[in-house]
Amino acid sequence: MVKTDVMIEIKDLHVRYGRREVLRGVTLDVYRNEVLGIIGPSQSGKTTLLKVINRTIDSVPGAVVSGTVKVDGEDIRQIKDVYALRRKIGMVAPLPVGLPMTIFDNVAFAPRMAGIRDRRQLEKRVESCLRQAALWDEVKDRLDTLGTKLSGGQQQRLTIARALSHDPEILCLDEFSIAIDPVTTMRIEDVLKELRSRMTIILVTNLVQQARRLADRIAFLFNGQLEEIGSTEVIFSDSPRSRKTYEYVNGVFG
Amino acid sequence: MHKQRRRWEVIAEAAMEVLIRLCGVSAILFILSIFFFVFREGAGFLFGGFDPREFFGSIEWYPTSKTNVRYGALALIAGTASVSLLAMSIAVPFGIGAAIFISEFCGGRLREILKIIIELLAAIPSVVWGFIGLTVMNPIIMRLFDAPIGLNVLNGGIIVALMSSPIIVSISEDALKAVPDTYREAALALGATKWQLIYRVLLPAAKNGLLAAGLLGVGRAVGETMAVLMATGHSINIPHSVMDSVRTLTATIAAELGEAPVHSEHYQVLFIIGILLFSITFVINLTADLVVRGIRGR
Ligand SMILES: Nc1ncnc2c1ncn2[C@@H]1O[C@H](COP(=O)(O)OP(=O)(O)O)[C@@H](O)[C@H]1O
Ligand SMILES: [Mg+2]
Repeated sequence: MVKTDVMIEIKDLHVRYGRREVLRGVTLDVYRNEVLGIIGPSQSGKTTLLKVINRTIDSVPGAVVSGTVKVDGEDIRQIKDVYALRRKIGMVAPLPVGLPMTIFDNVAFAPRMAGIRDRRQLEKRVESCLRQAALWDEVKDRLDTLGTKLSGGQQQRLTIARALSHDPEILCLDEFSIAIDPVTTMRIEDVLKELRSRMTIILVTNLVQQARRLADRIAFLFNGQLEEIGSTEVIFSDSPRSRKTYEYVNGVFG
Repeated sequence: MHKQRRRWEVIAEAAMEVLIRLCGVSAILFILSIFFFVFREGAGFLFGGFDPREFFGSIEWYPTSKTNVRYGALALIAGTASVSLLAMSIAVPFGIGAAIFISEFCGGRLREILKIIIELLAAIPSVVWGFIGLTVMNPIIMRLFDAPIGLNVLNGGIIVALMSSPIIVSISEDALKAVPDTYREAALALGATKWQLIYRVLLPAAKNGLLAAGLLGVGRAVGETMAVLMATGHSINIPHSVMDSVRTLTATIAAELGEAPVHSEHYQVLFIIGILLFSITFVINLTADLVVRGIRGR
């Protein structure tokens, strides 16, 4: 397959939960190795969009999806191996979710699910992911304690390490800083700056300034529709295409 | 107006607290007084004449013999143990499996229907289960295994398994439901299949609740009386296979207490069996507690 510049191609995406339509015809492309910021008030469908991309929306009762989503040129509704798709995508949830197992097992979870059994290989993978997430030095002596015993900020870095553990091409972060302190937030932002050259990053954020610091382009999602997408300079300029974008970015509402 | 409401609220709150304390204290009081009562009825013989070697080591149970009185409860203990063991080896996997099915694979409607059925199962009185063992299971076992009698460990074990399943299912289901959805989402997003999710995340996360479910099931099995009295054949015997008839500790108390003259040796021995049952459940609960604590403390 020819590698294009488009990593994810979303066309006319509609999502309903029961009767309620929460994404109403979203069309956008995510370029390879860019950081795409997605901003918008809560309830506007940002999390839903991420769930569509890795198809965890499948397990939400009552969710109905229409439209096309292509990841790496493949229509994700047609693919047979949904697990392979999910391994291509790392997902970081708003609240840190340390799975109830040791730090090591948390990070080794996805590789094991993918069939890696060799202990040495797992150890290498775990170390490299924890290093990338800037957590290694803090936990290297207690890899076999429960992940849930870590502080909130450490747990969030653990989930980032975990999201990197299956060597994804795409990293999605959903309001990762909502429950952690500013210092840890800045550390994670530094981590993301390191990662941006190697993977495509979708950064859903409630902090518009965070999007400004990190994103190449920004999509403004409003009420289930794409209000505007453009380069970060344009979105933060005095004259983005939409008046609403200007108002949201400048804190008039939100 | 505002002030009055505040005062009323303070009083109500204080009253609630007293009430809750009272409930807590009375629960402890009840347990202690039951223990005290059972202990007192058996104490006289327990500390005078009772031979623990015979009680735990002999299968000769002749409490009403004129010339050769024997109180060997080993066969009764074996009866209780065998029925409980068989029941649990059926009910625990079945119950946890059913709970997984209900909580992870069922949509709204089917789930509600199954839960109602399980609640109905829990509402069937013990004596009806005994009756089923006697009139339904008995001939089936006789025909299926070409056995002379179908009242045995197998029959009692199946009946007790059916009786203790509802509680195991509902507590296990609660335990699984208490696992946060974020765990499910995280595991799926990491490429886990449904079975990997269940095996690697949900079961470990719910293990305390599942353990509690299993232990409550054991408690139910050990304490069950009427149904096993009717389904196990009531013959004093150390079983060598599930086709042997047995008699359990509980069934012995139920069958003999009415006949034993109050405060006679026989009567007191039956209470010693009560103490034994009490101790067994106490040990089970204590182990559960320690195990749960061990898991938490790690
Ligand atoms: N599992 C669900 N079932 C029903 N409605 C949902 C579900 N998840 C989200 N919603 C609704 O969909 C809308 C969009 O939610 P979400 O995608 O989480 O938005 P955001 O992440 O931008 O806050 C919200 O109104 C929310 O209430
Ligand atoms: Mg959200």
